[in-house]
Amino acid sequence: MSTPTTTRTTTTQEQPKTERVRGGYDKQKRAEARLGWLLAGPAFAVMILVTIYPILQAAWQSLYRSRLTAPDDAAFIGLQNYFVILSDPLFYQSLGVTLFITVVTVVVELVLGFALALVMHRAIRGTRGLVRTAILVPYGIITVVSAFAWYYAFASESGYVNNWLSIIPGFDPNLNWFAQTGTSLSVIILSEVWKTTPFVSLLLLAGLSQVPDDLSEAAQVDGAGWWTRMFRITIPIMLPSIMVATIFRALDAFRIFDNVFIMTNGANGTNVLSLLAYNTSIGRLEIGLGSAVSVLLFLCVIIICFTAVKLFRVDLTGVKEES
Amino acid sequence: MQILTKRQRILWGIVTVLVLIYALAPVFSIFATSFKPAGELNSGEFFAKQWTWENYGTILSPEGAAADLFLPALRNSIGIALIATVIATVLATLAAYAIARFRFAGKGLILTLTLTVSIFPAISVVTPLFTLWRQIGLYDTWAGLVIPYLSLTLPIAIWTLTAFFRQIPWDLEQAAAMDGATAWQSFRLIIVPLAAPGVFTTALIAFFTAWNDFVYGISLTSTSEARTVPAALAFFTGASQFEQPTGAISASAIIVTIPVVILVLLFQRQIVSGLTQGAVKG
Repeated sequence: MSTPTTTRTTTTQEQPKTERVRGGYDKQKRAEARLGWLLAGPAFAVMILVTIYPILQAAWQSLYRSRLTAPDDAAFIGLQNYFVILSDPLFYQSLGVTLFITVVTVVVELVLGFALALVMHRAIRGTRGLVRTAILVPYGIITVVSAFAWYYAFASESGYVNNWLSIIPGFDPNLNWFAQTGTSLSVIILSEVWKTTPFVSLLLLAGLSQVPDDLSEAAQVDGAGWWTRMFRITIPIMLPSIMVATIFRALDAFRIFDNVFIMTNGANGTNVLSLLAYNTSIGRLEIGLGSAVSVLLFLCVIIICFTAVKLFRVDLTGVKEES
Repeated sequence: MQILTKRQRILWGIVTVLVLIYALAPVFSIFATSFKPAGELNSGEFFAKQWTWENYGTILSPEGAAADLFLPALRNSIGIALIATVIATVLATLAAYAIARFRFAGKGLILTLTLTVSIFPAISVVTPLFTLWRQIGLYDTWAGLVIPYLSLTLPIAIWTLTAFFRQIPWDLEQAAAMDGATAWQSFRLIIVPLAAPGVFTTALIAFFTAWNDFVYGISLTSTSEARTVPAALAFFTGASQFEQPTGAISASAIIVTIPVVILVLLFQRQIVSGLTQGAVKG
């Protein structure tokens, strides 16, 4: 492993005194680039093969009328599949529900995650490890398992939650949580929030540890209260990690599938975009239409990501730092 | 270490208990359900009056009603997730090494692609993969899941490992070379011990990611040949059509959760640093 280090390259770059040295530098640079691509190339190629290639395939298929139930009926129909979807109220309902779930989960998770991060940050030595281990449990648990756990707790047959809530005056102990949109979505969001808040809180904890203690202490000496210090010092300094957490979670929540599939399978106005794509392609074998939904979903994610990056001016890749 | 008053101590105790309840309540809930006998599943109580192993018998004993669903799924889940983890970790190690150590044109492109793939909606590629896999015979096979799992595990692995590798003091290698170590010696004795914890943590996070998948598992399989546990759980049915499979699902859920909890307990510190380093830069 006698590879040229970056430091050596830089010094050569600064002093290209003679032609001979520059030639050597170019050669070295080329060798480094070749080795770099040799090592990173396989991962790069695999990522293209498993995502970019299929999405192009989906875009192509979305221009065809193609049903696996009627394979001989396939024909090129241009953008007609998109017209069908974009004039279907179910699409807009799914989009609305997806956006609603995304916004609510992200807001709740930021608040709850911040509180958890503060607890972990300030926790005394005896409990810090315990708290950190405990919150990793939801992170590690399979989403489907989380969905079943919450479903069974609330379901009217097997659940005990109604029993517990019946001590509240006016609560109907026979409430069927999964019979209306609002109550179904609450449980779906609850499961989603429970499972992913730990990740948010860990990101925020990393941001929190970058806030210098003495800054906060100095402000305290100057008479700033807890809220002032929080909003004037802590939050502004950790803003980058808040934004990273927001973007990653928003994009993740927008793709919600597992919880909805297990709990309601889209019944009672709880359909989401991912489920719509799944039910169209895999459920009804309408490959053309399903591909169009997939492409639209992908475009939504790209638009959200692009807007967020532009809006927050975050450099997610750290590419600028590199060059 | 600050000195705490008695009141602060009690306050911290309460906060800790609240966090523990938050994190563990759903797990306990499904744990308690998994020990309920069939007659008590709809009792509306948290704990069963009469604890029983019968649900575990249903999924684990050879004559259990759901064993032919659960056991193959468990085998598939472990096998497919492990293979996807190993491939992703090897490819990511090579890529992250290049990204962390070399300057070369296209590095930004690789990082951008990694990010794009990590935000990619799995469901968007399910339809094309579904038709393609059926044409080339990868539908309902291990390989048919391992390949798309790389789209989940590779980006996070590259991301995490690059962050780890950036912190390694690579100059040590040169220092060792100056002291007369051969390239292989300095790699084996200095770089490997420094890099190994990062690689291990990355593998752990990649495994969790693959283990958690449901979208691919349910779309690209149709039988117990390749169906993973999360997908199989959605296909459980009760002994009769009037009976819910609540007990069997709860018991299966606990069995696939135990390894995760053990791994989390053992490697809590590494997982936390792996998850945070990749996403937030100092």
